[in-house]
Amino acid sequence: MLNTVFMPELALMLTVLVLFFMTLGKFRTGAIQAASLLLTAATLVVTFASLNTQGNMFFDAYQIDALSQLFKVVIVLGLFLVFALGRGMRGVEGKLQCEFNMFIAISALGLMFLSSSVELITILLSLEISSYALYVVIPFRRGQGRIHVEAGIKYVLFGAASTGITLYGMSYVFGLAHTTYLKEMAERMPALVATQPLAVIAMIFVMTAFFYKLALFPMHFWTPDVYEGASNETTSFVATVPKVGAVILLLRLVSVAGVDITQFTWVLATVAVLSMTLGNLTALVQFDLKRLLAYSSIAHAGYIMLGILTADKVGMSSAVFYIIAYMLMNLGCFYVIYNLAPEGQNVTFDDLKGLSRRSPLLAMTLLVSAFSMAGVPPTIGFMGKFMLFTGALDKGFYALVIIAVINAAVAAYYYLKMVRVAYCVPDDEKEKIVLPVSAALMATFFIVVILVVGAMPETVLSAAQNAVATLM
Amino acid sequence: MEKYLILNTLNFPILSTLLIIPVVGAIIAMFLRGDTLLKFWGLAVTLITAFASLPLWTCFDQTTAKFQFVELRHWFPALNLNYVVGVDGISVLLVLLTTFVMPLCILCSWTYIKTRMKEFIIVSLLMETAMLGVFIGLNTVLFYIFWEGMLVPMYLIIAIWGGARKDYASIKFFLYTFAGSVFLLVAVIAMYIKTGTFFIPELMDQHFSFAFQMWVFIAFALGFAIKMPMFPFHTWLPAAHVEAPVAGSVILASILLKMGGYGFLRFCLPMAPLATSYCVPVLLVMSLISIIVGGYLALGQTDIKKLIAYSSVGHMGFVTLGIFLLNDAGIKGAMLQMINHGVTTGALFILIGIIYERTHSREISDNSKLGMFMPIYVTFLGIFSLSSLAFPGTNSFVGEFLVLFGAFDKYPLVGAASILGAILAAAYMLRLLQKMVWDDSDGHAHHDHGDSHGDEHGHGGSHALLDCNFREVIQLVFLTVFVFWIGLNPTPLLDMMDSSVAHLIHQVDVGSAVQQAVEHHGEHHALLETAGAWVKNLF
Repeated sequence: MLNTVFMPELALMLTVLVLFFMTLGKFRTGAIQAASLLLTAATLVVTFASLNTQGNMFFDAYQIDALSQLFKVVIVLGLFLVFALGRGMRGVEGKLQCEFNMFIAISALGLMFLSSSVELITILLSLEISSYALYVVIPFRRGQGRIHVEAGIKYVLFGAASTGITLYGMSYVFGLAHTTYLKEMAERMPALVATQPLAVIAMIFVMTAFFYKLALFPMHFWTPDVYEGASNETTSFVATVPKVGAVILLLRLVSVAGVDITQFTWVLATVAVLSMTLGNLTALVQFDLKRLLAYSSIAHAGYIMLGILTADKVGMSSAVFYIIAYMLMNLGCFYVIYNLAPEGQNVTFDDLKGLSRRSPLLAMTLLVSAFSMAGVPPTIGFMGKFMLFTGALDKGFYALVIIAVINAAVAAYYYLKMVRVAYCVPDDEKEKIVLPVSAALMATFFIVVILVVGAMPETVLSAAQNAVATLM
Repeated sequence: MEKYLILNTLNFPILSTLLIIPVVGAIIAMFLRGDTLLKFWGLAVTLITAFASLPLWTCFDQTTAKFQFVELRHWFPALNLNYVVGVDGISVLLVLLTTFVMPLCILCSWTYIKTRMKEFIIVSLLMETAMLGVFIGLNTVLFYIFWEGMLVPMYLIIAIWGGARKDYASIKFFLYTFAGSVFLLVAVIAMYIKTGTFFIPELMDQHFSFAFQMWVFIAFALGFAIKMPMFPFHTWLPAAHVEAPVAGSVILASILLKMGGYGFLRFCLPMAPLATSYCVPVLLVMSLISIIVGGYLALGQTDIKKLIAYSSVGHMGFVTLGIFLLNDAGIKGAMLQMINHGVTTGALFILIGIIYERTHSREISDNSKLGMFMPIYVTFLGIFSLSSLAFPGTNSFVGEFLVLFGAFDKYPLVGAASILGAILAAAYMLRLLQKMVWDDSDGHAHHDHGDSHGDEHGHGGSHALLDCNFREVIQLVFLTVFVFWIGLNPTPLLDMMDSSVAHLIHQVDVGSAVQQAVEHHGEHHALLETAGAWVKNLF
């Protein structure tokens, strides 16, 4: 029983182990990548096969349900795409490439644990597993001065501080509810949250570490610097997969606090509004694409929060849908950035000039991803926003939705700016970018997935709805 | 469902076919090489679409206001969201207009577009699908998807193949229209939350509270007024028109602008009849301002394209005027005026494209005295200019006449004021015609300083301007046929919209009857209070 239920984690552990042994020897980049991709692909298959398993382990601290399994699939898929995207690992210090893959895999493993954790201590442990691996990985960068060191330190400091706050909040929650199990908390917390401000504060504190992972206001300060400082491969991981892990925990914690609209909901709503407004307005003036995507991710975190805070089926399932959409379209953008920087340097708007001539396929990927992030139909990003707004309006948050659509209109400008530079600003000096077949395939994958899931979202959405049904 | 629609009885799914042909064509175009082949391919695909749309004309049942040729498929059961397409008397003519204008767009770009032909063909074909989708989608989400999705190809058309200030114009176009339509999305979702359906005919049958109608109306009207464009939201149009390539201008003028009018007729009027009758004074005044301001601004332009762009603002003012008269003549006139504007202004933009290819200038003064060199061109210019100023016997005369008839019937003062717009139209169009055909008073017609345009003319020296070639004549003749056909015998078109317009007016009257009852009881202020309470509920 334990074996089949725990299979995805075991498969990923095996991946980590193999990578660990490979760090002891000397291997070419190609070999490392092939091993990582192959093992992750196997993990993906195993995770997919265990999509419908259910069970409890480790004294009920570890729960395998539809929600956790869906998120595990998404996490492993994200890991696989990050590995596939970082072809040649040009941004990572040569002798650290194997370690890089290993730590990334460990971080994903921590996130997998996180998606099944339903007990506070287990949550904290899983969170730390995933965070520590990332603390190590952020400064792995080749030849870009010291910018990555700054990024590493910022990530550690903010991470440590937010974990501390979470731990502090947990002490309150334990004091109030006399349990560390989310299931038991769910019986007592709604009444407490409705009557005691302390319970609201405690819940918000517990969520802080996940705000930090999701880059939600007010824990967003690390995002631009870390995105800018870390190598392009690392950023594409940090920007996507940990956020998936953060969303599942936020979903679980919000459902613990109950479905009623309380002060707790309004705190989250404020956070969501500030996050999207601040993110979008700051993104307008960015020049470095990774910084721009950092601020855009802060804004997207706000949108996702809009779905999470409704705490009912429509809203939460749309948040699940949106984080999947967010991961795909963001990876699409990072894929373009990665391929624009042969030396692993940072990419600015200047590098996008003439992209449609240099590589029509990359330009097309950027176009589809950017318009998807802006929420233009018929893309996955539009469907995500549409679902989110439906969920929030359903619960009666008219003002929130109106603020969100105004934000969407503002955000359209900077996404459009990326497309504009890629398509309309000529730059005849640079040579064409020749993509190998595998990379071209990946670009096609992003374009097709973003468009097709956007036009026919039924499968993904029903999976998301099944998943959140376990929270009700 | 049977209450609202008649399922497609043709032996093939005509509307889906229309949507799919251009997309498939675009996908195949990705693998084609060679500009000539691509051009012919684009032309072939748009022509096939045009022929495939012919049954809509021949098999259309004029006796019913129900939606016809309907196809219904499950798409998104979780949200009660179906793929449902269909046409009625309001949309069928616009669908036909779209399918027939698109081949002309490819033809008029034949030599105008010199770079990236493959992308141009792909983008134009995708544009066609999106535009058709807007008119045939019977589901608010489907409508919204096409409505917004259309922005991307249109943006690319202006941004890639546009003129000198294409950057500014394309971004302004995108942001303006995007900002307008995000509120449309909120209205769509809010109506879904209230009723549990996205199906347009069902939404038309709802009787929402006044406050809710007001919100929905404002959200919709904002999006449509921007698209229309209605004063004071018209500022994106001249920029977009001037910078867009000729095909972009034709698409913008002939089809995109019609979507605003279509939106008013399809959404605002039947879904929010109370709010509509409440807002009629405001919208009529805005329409009048559009007519007069558009006319005055057109009068002062020296750039031909800008002149036509501002004249569009004026013509669209007539359309909104007709729509919000809420009587039979007004709405029919507005509908007819939409078709007419599509034919006439589309032709005028094609004419501008033709002359721009020869003289590389859009200034009126650089293009004067053309009568000496291009008799065929000038003939067509004359025909379409007269049509644009609503000369009797041409198509626009019928449309404008109906709108004015409706106006005098209901609000004589409004009619009198809009006459001024018609006079202005005559003034600026005749001025344009006179200057382009005969005038050389300012003494620097193109043939005197042909050198300044360089030698790339390729017309065998600066003194010889080649007249229209066969390809250009074909396009213009095609549109000329419509000018006179509609001008002399508009009955077939009016018959097609008859039942639907009658049904629409009935819907509005039924909705407004409730309002009169409320007003009768002196509860008018209570409405404002409910609106106030609704604002409070928001927060």
